[in-house]
Amino acid sequence: MKTTLKLMTVLFITLIVSCGGKEEKKKESFSYKKKETTEQTTTKKEAKVKPSEKIDLSNKGVGPIKSVELAAVIDQEMVTLGADVFKKMCTACHRTDKKFIGPAPAGILKRRSPEWIMNMILAPEKMVKEDPLAKELLMEFNGSPMANQNLSEKDARAVLEYFRTLE
Amino acid sequence: MKKIITSTIALVAILASFTSCNNSSKSSNSGALSSNNAEKVYIAPGEHDSHYAFISGGYSGNLTVYGLPSGRMFKEIPVFSQFPTNGYGYSEETKPMLETSFGPIPWDDSHHPDISQTNGELDGRWIFINGNNTPRIARVGLRSFETEEIIEIPNSAGNHSSSFITENTEYVVAGTRFSVPVPQRDMPIKDYKGNFKGALTFISVDPEHGHMDIKFQILMPGFNYDLSHPGRGKSHGWFFFTTYNTEEASTLLEVNASQNDKDFIAAINWKKIEEYVNNGGGKMMPANYAHNLMDESTHTATTTMKKEVRVVNPIDVPGAVYFLPTPKSPHGCDVDPSGEYIVGNGKLSANLTVHSFTKMLDAIEKEKFAGEAYGIPILNFEDVLAGSVEQPGLGPLHTEFDGQGNAYTTFFISSEVVKWKLGTWEVIDRKPTYYSVGHLTIPGGNSAKPFGKYMFAMNKITKDRYLPVGPEMEHSAQLYDISGEKMELLLDFPTHGEPHYAAAIPAEIIKENSLKFYKLANNKHPYKATNDEETRVERDGKNVHVYMTMIRSHFSPDNIEGVKVGDKVFFHITNLEQDFDVPHGFAVIGANNAELLIAPGQTRTLTWEPKQVGVWPFYCTDFCSALHQEMQGYIRVSAENSDTPLKWSMGEDIE
Repeated sequence: MKTTLKLMTVLFITLIVSCGGKEEKKKESFSYKKKETTEQTTTKKEAKVKPSEKIDLSNKGVGPIKSVELAAVIDQEMVTLGADVFKKMCTACHRTDKKFIGPAPAGILKRRSPEWIMNMILAPEKMVKEDPLAKELLMEFNGSPMANQNLSEKDARAVLEYFRTLE
Repeated sequence: MKKIITSTIALVAILASFTSCNNSSKSSNSGALSSNNAEKVYIAPGEHDSHYAFISGGYSGNLTVYGLPSGRMFKEIPVFSQFPTNGYGYSEETKPMLETSFGPIPWDDSHHPDISQTNGELDGRWIFINGNNTPRIARVGLRSFETEEIIEIPNSAGNHSSSFITENTEYVVAGTRFSVPVPQRDMPIKDYKGNFKGALTFISVDPEHGHMDIKFQILMPGFNYDLSHPGRGKSHGWFFFTTYNTEEASTLLEVNASQNDKDFIAAINWKKIEEYVNNGGGKMMPANYAHNLMDESTHTATTTMKKEVRVVNPIDVPGAVYFLPTPKSPHGCDVDPSGEYIVGNGKLSANLTVHSFTKMLDAIEKEKFAGEAYGIPILNFEDVLAGSVEQPGLGPLHTEFDGQGNAYTTFFISSEVVKWKLGTWEVIDRKPTYYSVGHLTIPGGNSAKPFGKYMFAMNKITKDRYLPVGPEMEHSAQLYDISGEKMELLLDFPTHGEPHYAAAIPAEIIKENSLKFYKLANNKHPYKATNDEETRVERDGKNVHVYMTMIRSHFSPDNIEGVKVGDKVFFHITNLEQDFDVPHGFAVIGANNAELLIAPGQTRTLTWEPKQVGVWPFYCTDFCSALHQEMQGYIRVSAENSDTPLKWSMGEDIE
């Protein structure tokens, strides 16, 4: 019994020692990270703008949608359909006005082209691979992939119209 | 310049060595067939096999899906057995599928799959398979690749001469191997002879939905009805069953059922009986059997207990049933693509017996009867015999056809497949199997139009074919190329459970129809939650219903409080994904049943009865995204008498 105890103590001590070693390593990685952040401050603002806040209205993204005409007046019938589709297919990951699993669609038309929005809905896998901004967004949102919910083009267009009503 | 010359010379030299290599490999190819055969079964990564093979699982109770020629297994479809891998038979939605008049049965012995046909050709809509032990027939959809319906067969026992279909899938037929008292009653076993009955069941198949309904049962003499096949083409409207134990022995059948020199093939004119029944013939008798149906829109199976069945006494329908004497306990009963030849594989006979449908009709017309058994006319052996294959091997079991006028028969005792010619009855080729072959399958080999490129033999003994894995091991199948005059062994591959028959079909007939996911919009599950607003937890006495959703990569709700020891928690979980191949799993600590694997758009329910106070995790079991490890949640279980309020949340701290 005594020998076992002794053995245990020895083991315990070795464990502590090895643990201590690891902790030191952690500290190292911390200081490394800190360095990087200080470097970042020198390049300043540009790096600070999150991909989700970037404004890029010329980028149409990649996917089936090449051009979308937005009428001056919002089509209320489409909005009703879009709101319903959004509720059924999107709310598992998106809240209209706050960041959730994915970004909030409020004000999205001030930051993205209508084509980009529809391509992101209709071909998220392609977008995340080929569109630089979608790639950055994937990283901002922890690598959580935008699910392809297989919306019809009509439904996706209706969701876009609904987004126009979200300020 | 010099450099260029040197490199050119080097290049030429390299090229020359390549060509010479090619030459030598070519010449060695013609000598060594094995390397050539490797190419024939090699499916390059990312490419598809040319055929599906649906191989029965035998005592696994299930059906396995393989690719040919690669021999790769793609899926195990749970049919008659509980399947913890995806929760089949454990989830509330699928439990009713295994309901019977004996209560829920977690297992069966599945034998003979058969693919639906139109005009005698495989149409690839459904595949049927029999449960042997607790008599049942299942229908598996070849769109969903899931078991969609199971019907129990009353008055039957050892549902073995099943589940074979007629040429337009009018009926799926189930014959009993063991005769039993009908109706079941308490009686001495020794009074078997003359008192037991063998029920041959004709189950109609709804042409649109495939739904099964027992149209009638023919109550035949108390023989063992071993296997069966439909007539086709000219013999469409007839069905043929092999019988053994025409001695009607109830003990030591090994000896006592091998006394008669000939048993029978029962020829049933089902069209005649159908007409009789349509005109009110037969009688309804009390019965009790389960009919289980999966509804694709509610994702839920329901059980209906049926209380009567129509039975027909064969002697009440003159001209509907005849016996064809067939030597020595015939096992397989196989009909050639033209419908003319009926092969009786007399398992204790040295010769293969082939009957002629035309000669049978002729003998019937001329009323040339050799006698009768329980009022059923027996035809003369010589009058119906088309020919016999003389001493082709030992222990014939089953025959399939290639559509080129050839038949292939398995021989269990001499462990070989023998190819012979219809009409001339000459043996063309024989190839050994490793070992002790049972069934064999040619894609479409049981139809008017076989696709005779491949044949595979399903062996009962594996022994030394694979690395040893202890006393218990999987069986082996062997794939042969039958496109030439001689059969060529291409490949060995392991099978799961104990395959009896298998059905195979060219991939293009079904692969485009394969369902990718269930549409959320069509989900009518009463406990579904198809968007975040519908997620909630409700208490109903001791029952707690959790309406939960799952999507990459979270559950909603993922924090639940207010559950107590002694509660019954129903996790109703809807997978909100609407994309191909994004299932999620659900497991909760201490669940006494299984996990759930939930397809996109589907709702499944796991019942959990918490027994210990604490905060218990649940998680997704199917790796779904880079954040799969984050797909988890907690459920707080309080003491039975506590008053912790019912709460749920996701994405914020529970308050």
